[in-house]
Amino acid sequence: MVINLSPFLLHEKNMEDLNQVIAEALAAVKAASTLMLLEQVRVDYLGRKGAITQHLKSLGQLPTEQRPAAGHAINQARDQIQNAIADKKTELEQQQLETSLQAEHIDITLPALGQSPGSLHLITQTFNEIEYLFAQVGFAVEDGPEIEDDEHNFTALNIPENHPARAMQDTFYFANHLLLRTHTSPVQIRVMQQGKPPFRFIAPGRVFRCDDIDATHSPMFHQVEGLLVDEGVSFAQLKGLLQDFLRHFFSDDVQIRFRPSYFPFTEPSAEVDILGSNGWLEIMGCGMVHPNVLNSVGIDSEKYSGFAFGMGVERLAMLKYGIDDLRIFFENDLRFLRQFG
Amino acid sequence: MKFSERWLREWVDPPITSDALAEQLTLAGLEVESITKCQPGFTNVVVARVARVEKHPKSDNLSICDVDTGAGKTFLVVCGAPNVRVGGVYAYAPVGASLPGGKTLKQARIKGVDSEGMLCSAAELGLGDVDESILELDATSAPGWPLETCLRLNDQIIELSLTPNRGDCLSIRGVARDIAVINNIEIKQLPIPAVTPTIQHSRAVNLQAPAACPRYVGRVIADIDINRPSPLWLTEKLRRSEIRSINPVVDMTNYVMLELGQPLHAFDNDLLKGAITVRLAQRGEKLMMLDGNQVELTPDTLVIADDSRPVAMAGIMGGLDTGVTATTKNIFLESAYFTPEAIMGRSRLYGLHTDSSHRFERGVDFELQALVMERATNLILALCGGQAGPIVDIRDQAAQPKNRTIHLSARKILQILGVVIEPSQVSSILHRLGMVTIERADGWDIKIPSFRFDINLEADLVEEIARIYGYDRIPSAPIVAKLNIFRKNNSININELRNTLVNRGYNEVVTYSFVDADLQNHIIDEGERTISLLNPISSTMNVMRRSLWPGLVTTLVYNLKRQQLRARIFEYGRVFSHQDGTVRQDLTIGGLSYGNNYSIQWDKNNSLSNFYSLKGDIEALILRGDDVSAISYRTINHTALHPGQSAEIFYNNQRIGVCGALHPRLLQVLEIPMPVMVFELDCSAISMRQSRKYKKMSKFPTVRRDISILVAKELPVEKIMDTIKSASPTLLCNLELFDVYHGEGIDILKKSLALSLTFQASSNTLTDEAVEGEVRSILAALNSEFDSKLRE
Repeated sequence: MVINLSPFLLHEKNMEDLNQVIAEALAAVKAASTLMLLEQVRVDYLGRKGAITQHLKSLGQLPTEQRPAAGHAINQARDQIQNAIADKKTELEQQQLETSLQAEHIDITLPALGQSPGSLHLITQTFNEIEYLFAQVGFAVEDGPEIEDDEHNFTALNIPENHPARAMQDTFYFANHLLLRTHTSPVQIRVMQQGKPPFRFIAPGRVFRCDDIDATHSPMFHQVEGLLVDEGVSFAQLKGLLQDFLRHFFSDDVQIRFRPSYFPFTEPSAEVDILGSNGWLEIMGCGMVHPNVLNSVGIDSEKYSGFAFGMGVERLAMLKYGIDDLRIFFENDLRFLRQFG
Repeated sequence: MKFSERWLREWVDPPITSDALAEQLTLAGLEVESITKCQPGFTNVVVARVARVEKHPKSDNLSICDVDTGAGKTFLVVCGAPNVRVGGVYAYAPVGASLPGGKTLKQARIKGVDSEGMLCSAAELGLGDVDESILELDATSAPGWPLETCLRLNDQIIELSLTPNRGDCLSIRGVARDIAVINNIEIKQLPIPAVTPTIQHSRAVNLQAPAACPRYVGRVIADIDINRPSPLWLTEKLRRSEIRSINPVVDMTNYVMLELGQPLHAFDNDLLKGAITVRLAQRGEKLMMLDGNQVELTPDTLVIADDSRPVAMAGIMGGLDTGVTATTKNIFLESAYFTPEAIMGRSRLYGLHTDSSHRFERGVDFELQALVMERATNLILALCGGQAGPIVDIRDQAAQPKNRTIHLSARKILQILGVVIEPSQVSSILHRLGMVTIERADGWDIKIPSFRFDINLEADLVEEIARIYGYDRIPSAPIVAKLNIFRKNNSININELRNTLVNRGYNEVVTYSFVDADLQNHIIDEGERTISLLNPISSTMNVMRRSLWPGLVTTLVYNLKRQQLRARIFEYGRVFSHQDGTVRQDLTIGGLSYGNNYSIQWDKNNSLSNFYSLKGDIEALILRGDDVSAISYRTINHTALHPGQSAEIFYNNQRIGVCGALHPRLLQVLEIPMPVMVFELDCSAISMRQSRKYKKMSKFPTVRRDISILVAKELPVEKIMDTIKSASPTLLCNLELFDVYHGEGIDILKKSLALSLTFQASSNTLTDEAVEGEVRSILAALNSEFDSKLRE
């Protein structure tokens, strides 16, 4: 497209051309409806063979004194088109995102996928809660065997053979004078035999009584035993601790009473009752460790004193969660288990 | 122990309501089990005198009576009782009256004769079990009186649930003593005059087992009239204590036992031969008991014998042959002290739990025997007439329990109870309890009365003081903290294991520690190691569990019957077995998975739980950051498991458990329709945390190469993985299997494995040549060991 014109005319002509190119380019940018078409516009005007690039290349034909002005004009034109393309690009990208977002809408109410968690048995949860509360006042957790001997289950706990107190707890027996522990109290003996005072622990676990199964009886149930042996341990402290525990386990306004009772391994002994909707309910036995028990494990009962307590875990859970039938705990109906997930 | 509240109030009568009295008893440690109305629920029944009796014209067994209620006219009543007679006073239920159970009396026509109500038996009134004769009232009762007034039925029956230490409260007087102490009032004094003998008959008594019977008091009472009826005041008191009226002598011995706590026994004196001997039974001796059962006596059983044979099981029950009957004229009355040790366990051994054995095995007042003999003699003479012989009171002074003096220090009260109780208050409580106190510098010396045989130690006295002072008045105090850190962090808390399974969808269950031996035999080998219960409550709970699986499987079946389609359950607990003469009780965790791995889902990523999903659960439990190679599996033959889908599990080469699919035969027996996956792990082997150290991570890039190889179909993948790892010991940093295929397109005896190998060096960026070299040596190793081919 080389026309033999005077340099001046050439310049004039180019300036007209340039304005037209700008107008065309801006129109093309405006008309581009996709990023692809917009890219074509960019190539057409700003690419290596594009109109603006051609103008820049023609600068060399201009007289030297005109070149700066013409170059400036062309650069301005290029910037103008570039900006228009960039703006349009942003606009088109935004449009495209909107479209694809629209297409990616899902039903957020469809159910969750993957594994849904199971549950801890309510007895475990109750154990955990009891352990958590007593751990705050420094009680360790101890364990002991479920098949016990007569010595640990009875004799060392001041319950001699044939004592009527044995009839309070019908016992499952094995050959060789072994038995299923009737309470968690043997753990007291085992722990005290193996260490030195002070002792401060609870012992959760299974216990067994030779009872038929009904809504309030079970041949197997769970207890938490507690023992604190130290210098200066008193019945007043026992009351304080158990009241504190029950208020946190149930509620601050639970009504509690301590009532004289009898356990061969504590003296004085007490039952702890709480007031339910139908009157007082027995929930724990407790008392000051009997001197005979301390003596049987070689602890000086003049120097040390202690208290022990024992609670039925099912009983506590039934009261707390409104369960009216002991069998529920051992049927393991999945519908029950899932209720307490 | 059950008794009439009125009777108790005859002894001590605090000005409080029945409910308040019950509460006092409970809070004094004598727990009131129930308190029930004595009126059994009849209305409008009155006292009536029979004025005329004539035979019913149409029945030999019926009488027609004119009944007088003092209303100025008589009522005509048809009566079928043999004991109705003119002048007799009975309970009359007129028309409109009602009886317990809701029956209301109406005018009735009995074999053609109109009857205006009925004369009632004790059974019809709910006052006893006699129903063949009508209830005969005291002749002095005024016709027209409401029956309630006549029988003093405005009374309550109090039932105490007494703890074994309070044998002293197994009598009205014993309970009254505690009530008097609490209310600080006096108890009734019961003057018991000694009976002057009017005859000289007696029997010699020998104490051959003084440790078991240190004192025996006996007396002959002759010429009694046993056919006089026991008066209603007596039978009603007995009835309210659930004791049946037998005859006046037996009734009186029971009455005195209830009143004072000392069991008595009456023999027919004419049926005894020679002297009374209290001795241990000889081997092979038999005794026909009062209840008609013959027992063979064991040599540790204390008996009362005459010159020819045992005549009573001491303190438990008399013999039938020498018992008092309707023809008895002369009695020999026994009031003895048998020690608790002599009676304990025996009643249980023979299945003879009696009011007498219940008291003796808990203890009775060891100084009461002669006094009680006088009380019973007075009452029997008053009721049955007769002549009393002299009292024979034989004691073994050495064996007789001694009165004790116990020192009580004021400091001990404070130390045990944690409350200061004024010394004057302590003395007052002790005095009211019948103790004699002698002041000492630091407290008291206290003489314990013989009726408080349960008090032997200072601590027992502290309990008495606390009990009467009131547990509710002892303040609450905080415990004193002298704390140490006691928890070690190298053991894994069982709750971590539990929560791992819970997060993988398992529900924890708690099943019985005893299971059905038959079911367990389907699940466990070596039945001889099972521990059996001697006294199971049922045949489905007769042996200790050797495994958690019987309980888990039973739970599954229970839930399948309740339309559950899927179950993931686990249990933590002990399993029990004999081993080398010792009892093992190992803590174990076991699980069961049945049905889909997930609950129903709307996408397709759900599958039936299988051996591999089970392995995932097991490894989640065991591997806590450990390399998966710490765990390995070996095939096992196990009774309960599918022979091709079961394994022993090893962790760092230690056997820790078993897993697999339940054997199809077992599924058939239990009627379980789909495969069941189970595992069981020994907790002691997995509950210690491995010590862990940080390993530096390489900062150079990794290079991944995937290979696909053909190998023999039965070749375990573990071997291939091991070979690959040993062929590239340093540069291979990760090896993953991403496909297993056999079927169309490949040799029927082969399978195709697709593996992803990731390489990384610790000190430089790997070159392509280095990686290719590693892959080549891996392929070469696979080829030489397994004849594997690279799949193109």
